[in-house]
Amino acid sequence: MAKEMFTGAQIFLKSLEAQGVTEIFGYPGGVILNIYEALYNQDKIKHYLVRHEQAAIHAAEGYARVSGRPGVALVTSGPGATNTVTGIANAYYDGYPLVVFTGQVSTEQIGNDAFQEADIIGITRSCCKHNYLVKDVKDLARVIREAFYIATTGKPGPVVIDMPKDILVAKAPFEYPKEVKLAGYNPTYKGHPLQISKALKLIREAQRPVIISGGGVLQAGASYELTKLAQLLEIPVAHTLMGKGTYPESSSQSLGMLGMHGNYWANYAVVHADVIIAVGTRFNDRITGCLKRFARDSQVIHIDIDPCSISKNVKVDIPIVGDAKNVLKAMIEELTSKPIVIDHTVKEKWLNQIDEWKKKRAIPECPSDKLSAVKVIKTIYEYTKPFHPIVTTEVGQHQMWCAQFFKFDEPRHFITSGGLGTMGFGFPAAIGAAIANKNSLVLNIAGDGSIQMNIQELATCMDYGLKVVNCVINNGYLGMVRQWQEKLFNEHYSQTKISSPDFVKLAEAYGAKGIRVEKEQDIVPALKEAMESNCSVFIDFVVESFEMVYPWVLAGQPLNKVLLSNDQKVC
Amino acid sequence: MSTLHTLSILVTNEAGVLSRVVDLFSGRGYNIESLTVAPTIDRNYSRITITTVATSEAIEQICKQLHRLIPVLKVSDLSVNEAIEREIVMVKIQVKDEDADKILRIAEVTGAKVIDITDKNYTLRMVADEKQIQALIELIKPYGYKDFVRSGKVAIARG
Repeated sequence: MAKEMFTGAQIFLKSLEAQGVTEIFGYPGGVILNIYEALYNQDKIKHYLVRHEQAAIHAAEGYARVSGRPGVALVTSGPGATNTVTGIANAYYDGYPLVVFTGQVSTEQIGNDAFQEADIIGITRSCCKHNYLVKDVKDLARVIREAFYIATTGKPGPVVIDMPKDILVAKAPFEYPKEVKLAGYNPTYKGHPLQISKALKLIREAQRPVIISGGGVLQAGASYELTKLAQLLEIPVAHTLMGKGTYPESSSQSLGMLGMHGNYWANYAVVHADVIIAVGTRFNDRITGCLKRFARDSQVIHIDIDPCSISKNVKVDIPIVGDAKNVLKAMIEELTSKPIVIDHTVKEKWLNQIDEWKKKRAIPECPSDKLSAVKVIKTIYEYTKPFHPIVTTEVGQHQMWCAQFFKFDEPRHFITSGGLGTMGFGFPAAIGAAIANKNSLVLNIAGDGSIQMNIQELATCMDYGLKVVNCVINNGYLGMVRQWQEKLFNEHYSQTKISSPDFVKLAEAYGAKGIRVEKEQDIVPALKEAMESNCSVFIDFVVESFEMVYPWVLAGQPLNKVLLSNDQKVC
Repeated sequence: MSTLHTLSILVTNEAGVLSRVVDLFSGRGYNIESLTVAPTIDRNYSRITITTVATSEAIEQICKQLHRLIPVLKVSDLSVNEAIEREIVMVKIQVKDEDADKILRIAEVTGAKVIDITDKNYTLRMVADEKQIQALIELIKPYGYKDFVRSGKVAIARG
């Protein structure tokens, strides 16, 4: 009997189904109409129509971050495809799994500068984990299978599949491969036992150890193991921006965030540590400060699934390539096979020293009697804490304040663009988060600059009845850039004063709820009203323009040169 | 300290692989001194040979980054082991009658082959290592050359 034949568009859908995909984000266009036709006739995969392709990709990433499943986006060729580039790069830098399907002009037109043609494979080559141009419909199912495999294994990342129009029309039998065979791709999951033993020996002998927990811990689902190891050996834990929630911040052993706007004591602990145990972090310059001065007197153990991250920035003494969960588990097993001896005098000396450093903290200063952004963010945190919200942020001052004042005890609740630092990420990511977790309260804390980069997505929220509470910290400036200008460019506020529409009226125009808050006593009532609303909300917090984010380690300075207030001079 | 390294990279023979490898070098600020690429006996795979000047730390990163590319199967830094390296050069020399014998002598001494002769030009070809190629360049310089091409290195581990 002849095998049943399917069009490329049908194979696309059947492959997603086989892959267990139930929700995708996209925007139609000329060359992918066949897929939209196939989508029209089914109800297994729900398609969310956004208002800009960039939002589709950020929403897919928000979805992936919250659910742990790969996010899927579908866009047309040319501008549809190029609009996804920022989002692809964003997911690549922060290491989240996406499979991005782009339409392409027909095979015979490729290279002829056809209408809406873009070489998206060439364009995305350096900002995705892998990409494919499908040239034969018979390859489509295999390519999709491989793409999901690559996106979700090793260090996760985005994979792009470019599908020419004729491939979607051509027919082939459908068979979804059970296995993936890629000779050149074998991520290392198990840590080398010898390296693990060497690391443990060093950790046991350490007098001033500190753990740095990064986004890789979240990816590996290794929070439990990390916490256990830290508690067994009584080692304090600092986290990176991406590692927020990987170690319970309510624990007394948590040092909170380190780095440019990290805690004074977290930075000091890292600078003075004799052994640094870094797990799932790539030692970005925002956490190392001046690289030459970082970890000069300490031994560094680095656990990471991506061999490229090891010794790329910081020279590592004991590298362990592997999945954080596996490696930490193996460490705990070896550790608990013998009695753990902790020299409490040594340990206490170290912890007391850290407690001493903890006395030094930035005291938020609001230079006028206008509403303080810090006050707003702290109040949002306190008020929403009982709801266990998922918090997304945009990029800038508000992002750092959120990282400083929101405390999380579990991963996948703080969604922010770390590596690429993409303004406009938060709101669409919040939409993805709201879809991935329909029962959670989703807050997007935004600046007035960032929110205007993807504000059109309010329409998407309204279409699907999604509730995102946007808290716009509206200070009339691109605050973080303004902060740099104030301190480093003689208060020359070049192009950083930014106007906004009336966010309340704008929200109402979309059919959403708009609330304006200008006084401290109105914060809580506004939040209460937002919680009670059954649709998306914009709260326009009109705040002081000249508040600064402290602590602050200026770019290029060592981690212990921490500015705690405006009065401190730049060295 | 930066030194010359010869990287032998085994890749799957598919469209775009060379771009991925070359993009990696340019995107991360590494330099390519020479590059050759051709299919292996099994045409499903290709061999890319790249020579690059870099510090040992940079080479380690380059090798790791290359490994990260999905179609890359194997990366060997042949400079670490002893390797046999060869390159083809072809040089076209405009020969005056009185120099003809000298050019032929140079060819004989250096082991270059005369592969084309017209009434005006001689073309020599040599398969050699870097040192021998430099020697040939020095020898023919006084006569002036019209064209000079080299293939870029190929290399194989010794033994």
